[in-house]
Amino acid sequence: MTPPPDTADGTFGPDLVEVFGPSQSDGGPELVQLLTPEGERVHHPEFDLDFSAEQIRGFYRDMVLTRRIDTEATALQRHGELGIWAQLLGQEAAQIGAGRALRPQDYVFPTYREHGVAWCRGIDPLKLLGLFRGVDHGSWDPHEFNFGLYTIVIGAQTLHATGYAMGMQRDGVVGTGDADRDAAVIAHFGDGASSQGDVNEAFIFAASYNAPVVFFCQNNQWAISEPIERQTRIPLYQRALGFGFPGIRVDGNDVLATYAVTQAALQRARDGQGPTFVEAYTYRMGAHTTTDDPTRYRLSADVESWKLKDPIARLEVYLRRNGLVDDGLVEQVKTEADELGAHLREGCKAMADPSPMRMFEHVYAEIPEELAVQRDGYADYLATFEGAH
Amino acid sequence: MTGTKITLAKGLNMGLRKAMEDDPRVLLMGEDVGKLGGVFRITDGLQKDFGEDRVIDSPLAESGIVGTAVGLALRGYRPVVEIQFDGFVYPAYDQIVCQVAKMRYRSAGHSPMPMVIRIPFGGGIGAVEHHSESPEAQFAHTPGLKVVACSNPVDGYWMIQQAIASDDPVIFLEPKRQYHAEKMELDESLAPPPLFTSRVARRGTDVTVLAYGPTVRTAMTAAEAAAGEGRSLEVIDLRTLSPLDMGPVLESVRRTGRCVVVHEAHVNLGLGAELAARVTEECFYSLEAPVLRVGGFDTPYPASRIEEEFLPDLDRLLDAVDRTFAF
Repeated sequence: MTPPPDTADGTFGPDLVEVFGPSQSDGGPELVQLLTPEGERVHHPEFDLDFSAEQIRGFYRDMVLTRRIDTEATALQRHGELGIWAQLLGQEAAQIGAGRALRPQDYVFPTYREHGVAWCRGIDPLKLLGLFRGVDHGSWDPHEFNFGLYTIVIGAQTLHATGYAMGMQRDGVVGTGDADRDAAVIAHFGDGASSQGDVNEAFIFAASYNAPVVFFCQNNQWAISEPIERQTRIPLYQRALGFGFPGIRVDGNDVLATYAVTQAALQRARDGQGPTFVEAYTYRMGAHTTTDDPTRYRLSADVESWKLKDPIARLEVYLRRNGLVDDGLVEQVKTEADELGAHLREGCKAMADPSPMRMFEHVYAEIPEELAVQRDGYADYLATFEGAH
Repeated sequence: MTGTKITLAKGLNMGLRKAMEDDPRVLLMGEDVGKLGGVFRITDGLQKDFGEDRVIDSPLAESGIVGTAVGLALRGYRPVVEIQFDGFVYPAYDQIVCQVAKMRYRSAGHSPMPMVIRIPFGGGIGAVEHHSESPEAQFAHTPGLKVVACSNPVDGYWMIQQAIASDDPVIFLEPKRQYHAEKMELDESLAPPPLFTSRVARRGTDVTVLAYGPTVRTAMTAAEAAAGEGRSLEVIDLRTLSPLDMGPVLESVRRTGRCVVVHEAHVNLGLGAELAARVTEECFYSLEAPVLRVGGFDTPYPASRIEEEFLPDLDRLLDAVDRTFAF
């Protein structure tokens, strides 16, 4: 090994480019890919699977419907029915690949953008809208779907995921060899969150206890207006090595590769071999949320280049080229999407505001006396307006 | 039946042991809580008897400790977290305030957070910076949390068990100065009062003194001294800081007409401010004097050689008592 250059000239050790190679906007040679942007099926020496036609058609349907959830919710925000919406446009493959790799007994800790994963867990997408409409903070029972509530504080849920995984270890559902019993946790987060202390602490705890958790980072290149270069000087997946577990970069716009890699990482966790960091390399085609204006900070040429890597288009090309779908099936999925759209529009508009008294519920297991006094006092106060206009 | 004489440290240790025996879902987590038994030895011997899966030495990261405890609670465990010193709770502040406190509310009751966060608090041990603070108001101000402070060995024994049995998250404050101070007799056959209740620690007729944690002892000593001068102080050990148990307080102030609050925390926006407001709202026509507050000054905690000047002591408390008679 060559010694580092003399530090007297201000340099310290080798240049990062020397160590990690030049920054690669296409994800670099380390990117695990099974389906090229042109829709060509390629093979990978380590992560490859035989997908059935039925399975691939299922991915296609999931992604089309997930995109419809997103576009419909965006439209509902524009019509004033939602206060805000966190868009996932362009990240459908990353979410469906990860979501479909789960077994029923696995548990998901999402951010606030995992609409596709929620879809895979069987949550009515209408339930996702409540938070964004402002009628609740999340309305599904996490334990019914093994899917936690959306977490707004960036990265906080990665620690919850790690703790939950530690609980699974104590419950004896890790590494027993029973496929129906062994379970794992997947923690979703983004490239921005990778800078958070909580995420780094989650890595340390998971490594220290060998917890069965997959850290699934959708690197969509943008944390609102800040590019990935503001968060990291090295490819994110390579950080895992420093924490003592493997990291893999997968093409997050390739549903087949994302499924294969996530499935392998989850199995590793279920088998008791500890955490894995999966970096799903993708792109946020839309805005951060409906309140954001990405034209202020990124080039349209950049967006245009990613359009050519669209996750749904490449899968449709593959399916058609190999005769796995026909117009009839594509039409059928489109009809289903239209029905889902109508369900969301009608359901959203029908979501009534909660009663003001709802705010006093579930603060504690039992309402403390002084809070009950506040509640009752407010109810009496409201009653004085009854009949008034 | 006569009980054994125990210190606060022993009472807490015995209480934790009992809770772990009673419920296999109870886990202890924290820095150095395993082999070492914690820097104050509160968890002494527990890892040896309950194993490393239930008494968990954690990496040195407070947010990580509380955040993973959230996950364990979601999985159905009842984690008891030790924060090594009061001043080290702040790295976990976000997890406590945004996650622990709000999880039940956010989930409309689907995800309760039965968790106890133990914090040794208060000064008087000659420590370096960040080891002597009183952060209770920061947590009492947060809906979703409950905050209690024990003041003596018997309360320590019972209150820690009751906090662990609570289905709500409890910030459990332990006056570290008292850990290895005087012993008290524990008779386990005597049923404890409910957790979220205040207690009249000494009956009196002239002034109501409200105290909790380390200042209960200060107030009791002051009451003894005042008695020698013919003045009768009623001392209430608040025990619960959120929710407050105002019943005994109001009943007392209506009798005495005077009230002094004493805590080690800074006076500005401390618990005393809330107590003064509540007493004034509820006992306005009984009051002979405004409610006075004695506490730490509104400075950062000073260097330990002058900490006894910062901490409210018997004299400053009695001075405030005198002042309530000047109105």
